[in-house]
Amino acid sequence: MAELTYRDAVARGIAQEMQRDNNVVFLGEDVAKAGGVFKATVGLYEQFGPLRVRDTPISEQAILGAAMGAAMTGLRPIAEIMFADFAAVCFDYIANEFPKLRYMTNGQLGCPLVVRTGNGGGARFGAQHSQSIENWTMMIPGLKVVAPSSPVDVIGLMAAAVRDDNPVIFHEHKSLYAIKGEVPDGEIVDTLGTAKILRPGKDATILALALMVPRALQAAETLAAEHGIDCEVIDVRSLVPLDTNTILNSVARTGRLFTVEENPRLCGWGAEIASIVADEAFWDLDGPIVRITTPHIPLPAADHLEDLALPGAPRIAERIARSMNGSAR
Amino acid sequence: MTKKKDGSGSQGLTNDDIGADLRREMFRLQVEIRDCEKRANDLFFQNLIKGTSHLSLGQEAIAAGMAVAMRPGDKSFCTYRGHAHTLARGVPMEKVLGELMLRDNGLMRGKGGSMHLTSVEHGVMGSYAIIGAHLPIACGAAWRAQYLGESDVSVCFFGDGTTNIGAFHEALNFAAIWKLPVVFVCENNLYMEYTPIGDVTAVEHPAADRASAYGLERIVIDGNDADAVYRTALAAFGKARAGEGPTLIECMTYRHSGHSRADPAKYRPAGELEKWLEKDPVKIYRARLLEFGIAEEEIKGIEAESKRKVEEATEACKASPPAPDDILTTDVYADGGWSWRN
Repeated sequence: MAELTYRDAVARGIAQEMQRDNNVVFLGEDVAKAGGVFKATVGLYEQFGPLRVRDTPISEQAILGAAMGAAMTGLRPIAEIMFADFAAVCFDYIANEFPKLRYMTNGQLGCPLVVRTGNGGGARFGAQHSQSIENWTMMIPGLKVVAPSSPVDVIGLMAAAVRDDNPVIFHEHKSLYAIKGEVPDGEIVDTLGTAKILRPGKDATILALALMVPRALQAAETLAAEHGIDCEVIDVRSLVPLDTNTILNSVARTGRLFTVEENPRLCGWGAEIASIVADEAFWDLDGPIVRITTPHIPLPAADHLEDLALPGAPRIAERIARSMNGSAR
Repeated sequence: MTKKKDGSGSQGLTNDDIGADLRREMFRLQVEIRDCEKRANDLFFQNLIKGTSHLSLGQEAIAAGMAVAMRPGDKSFCTYRGHAHTLARGVPMEKVLGELMLRDNGLMRGKGGSMHLTSVEHGVMGSYAIIGAHLPIACGAAWRAQYLGESDVSVCFFGDGTTNIGAFHEALNFAAIWKLPVVFVCENNLYMEYTPIGDVTAVEHPAADRASAYGLERIVIDGNDADAVYRTALAAFGKARAGEGPTLIECMTYRHSGHSRADPAKYRPAGELEKWLEKDPVKIYRARLLEFGIAEEEIKGIEAESKRKVEEATEACKASPPAPDDILTTDVYADGGWSWRN
């Protein structure tokens, strides 16, 4: 057991898989000799050499296209798109190429690769380097989509993503790179499509993802201490596949559902879950499903404005308390 | 060119650098592609092919010359105008026409359609309908070969219109800096879709005139001459296999039909098509065979066999049912299904 940062967990997770399988290769902008702009891939170039860890030009289409061509002919590439926002300049691969290959070719070809992105806000980078794009990727049939919130999940889900035979979009959160967490020694392999109950509770279910997870946990403590509301906090972790069992079971116990989403309001991931719960667990609900999201705006750079925009623990607690008022069990 | 006996072919006619057997093969491929594409056109007008389709009528020499220079294991990456390149790698006509007709006997059982022909067992690694997308993908396949020490070459076909999209430039630079075993083949048929490529491009030769920006040789060839295509391909493949990096080849050619089924090509100036029909690759190559001493009877045999194959394939496709409904949700994910939740 050792304490590791989220950033170091990225490198450890990739190293674990590169060690295991020579067909795992890694490419991206500044990822090799520089160790990544977020220093999340430090040491990989030195450990695995220039043939397996490769710096690329600023050519996101070439990065993802090359990863795909390598994946469909036998390698297991990991590609980095430095800031998730840049997915927009190579979205053809994410939306049209990776996810449709297997279907269009009637199963003749597959695309086993991982795209890592620096997702999310909180770093005062402004509107083009701060977005949460997990919902962009969630809506495309054929992709898998994960977004870990802790160092141990980074390693385990990275391993699961690399070993998966599908294209997996792996959203790392920029504002989590510095956090620390306990990580067991030895190989860590997790399972895609599994949510994690981080805090059991009986009054309400809170679903969160990535940076919203620690904020939801903090809000839950406030709600318990100040309002006597006992919240269950679930880290969704994987948007596709989606662990609806864990979510529906939790709602069946608590009778209330809140989602905490960093993506802007419209078509955020929580909307799909709200729809599923309304459809399949309506009679379990004791009150409305409430989505707590970033408003439908581009993100501002100024710290006080960005903090206003992203859901924070006080806002989460306040919104839940207000909604639970009168319907808390 | 001198003609000598080489004893290699059944007629033992020539021993120039290409030889009678390869010439017969390139002719056969061009004739079969021509006949199959014409049939596809006819089937449209009988409403037996739905959606869209992009024919290679007039561009057959590129497919034939390239395919004959490829080895088993070499990989073809095609565009939506990919019927010719798919057939040229030896994919049976029935599988191609079946896919165009969206029947169960098609290459992808109708799940892909005419723009996405794929036959991995023949090295056809897909036909891509987003302009430029497959150039980086071909780089990736070539990267795999380089990384694993495998000797196959990735060959990427695209039109002149592709040269003005970013992925083209990203891929050329990428292939050049990594010295990838990939060959980029631009089929310059003079029109992007409806607009002449010259009207929208800063240079005369949209591919070749960009080559120097990526440290590559400027290569423009007669794409209607299968021999020229074959010779250029051999040199490029040799270079790729020797670890000397990519080649960009611009093949000058002409599309006899419109961009797609919907396009009668009325934008072409009077006389242009007629001028290019004189340079029809199939016609040129038929004369070439005769010139090299291949008998008229043998040529007629190849032509008759092609017609027979088209008829047979058409009948087989007409007899094939559409695929069963249950393939609607297969192969979305690697487990064979489409499930996104538990």
